Amino acid sequence: MNKVVASADDAIRDVGDGAVIMIGGFGLCGIPENLIRALVRKGSKNLTTISNNVGVDGLGNGLLLAAGQIVRHIGTYVGENKLLEQMVLAGRIKLDLVPQGTFAERIRAAGAGIPAFFTPTGVGTIVAEGKETREFEGLTYLMERGLPADFAFVKAWKGDRMGNLTYRKTARNFNPVMATAAKVTIAEVEHLVEAGELDADSIHTPSVYVKRIFRGELYERRIERRTVRKVGS
Amino acid sequence: MNKPGKDVDKRERIVRRIARELRDGFYVNLGIGMPTLIANHVPAGIEVVLQSENGMLGIGPYPVEGEEDADLINAGKETVSEMAGTSYFSSADSFAMIRGAHIDLSVLGAMEVDESGSLANWMIPGKMVKGMGGAMDLVAGARRVVVAMEHTTREGAPKILKKCTLPLTGVNVVDTIVTEMAYIRVTKRGLVLEEVAPGLTAEDVQRATEARLVVSERWKVMGS
Repeated sequence: MNKVVASADDAIRDVGDGAVIMIGGFGLCGIPENLIRALVRKGSKNLTTISNNVGVDGLGNGLLLAAGQIVRHIGTYVGENKLLEQMVLAGRIKLDLVPQGTFAERIRAAGAGIPAFFTPTGVGTIVAEGKETREFEGLTYLMERGLPADFAFVKAWKGDRMGNLTYRKTARNFNPVMATAAKVTIAEVEHLVEAGELDADSIHTPSVYVKRIFRGELYERRIERRTVRKVGS
Repeated sequence: MNKPGKDVDKRERIVRRIARELRDGFYVNLGIGMPTLIANHVPAGIEVVLQSENGMLGIGPYPVEGEEDADLINAGKETVSEMAGTSYFSSADSFAMIRGAHIDLSVLGAMEVDESGSLANWMIPGKMVKGMGGAMDLVAGARRVVVAMEHTTREGAPKILKKCTLPLTGVNVVDTIVTEMAYIRVTKRGLVLEEVAPGLTAEDVQRATEARLVVSERWKVMGS
């Protein structure tokens, strides 16, 4: 078994036109910067992206958007991206907005072999339009479907050669759940170590979910909203 | 009618009043914007744990300059810090704890609230849709939902309505509405006016409100 690939370009070699791709991260935190840049270089078209946000103009998924590679996006919040706004209004991209908890659970369900589930989120709102509802113990719930993908691009802090991953702080976010829900999960890590070096009790994504892994480089790690306090306050 | 006051004063009053709802041991999710400021007014002697839906329990203060960490942000994408006892988890786990009613209190803003406790805060048709983020899950799942908002629009139009006109975030989900003018509880018999800001009367609040308010027999002046 050898999951280690030499580069991001090698890792995405078979991501073709029309692929459905999950991309980890919340805002710019914990995004797979190397894989996104490689996908822009490769130029695959007509992509469906599944990610919480669409980056910002000029970084993260915003790069894919600017390159015109995305035809459909499924996410929860797109307030940071002016370009997306223009593209949606011009009809150049299809946008599906999903409540964030439903989004996370649809991905989790897809990875866990659950085709659909019932949730209270969105009952009575436009999110419920056209969906089956059912009562349990007197309350109404909405049926939501699992959300799988062809590829998942995830970013972890450390990974080993078998594909075990650990994340750091809030950079974890959607990465571990997306890692479970795609046919091919590709992980980029800041530190690539030998099998056995990670604490087996502290692994967040077990190796079974990861097909390819490589050490990322040139992380910009841009902060979207730098907020600080004065010393002593 | 009411003295409008500066926005910052209005917000301060709302934030301080909601902070008094906090109880020792509460796990609380504070929405982006004004609700975030409630963290600055946690009453002395109690301990609350702030949840951030991007996967964190135990949000600390903003970091001191030089200690910002790109891997440590809140749901508003602001850099934050850890507390002793902080934990991190995935977004799926985060919303499982929200949907599973493990969060005692969710405070969030609204564009409209109505007398049945429905609220709208994520979309204005015809203008850009930013997305609902985690708001729909929070109002559906938290044990108690408090709306923090200014009582009227900038143009002075009521935001507390008989029926919301904008696309809804949740139906019959709001427990309490706190504005710079009043503290209002959503009940089966309608919106009950429990507290009125200093210098205002119940009639002043009603005039700024489209929905009919039931004035509580025990109404009092709103403290901060």
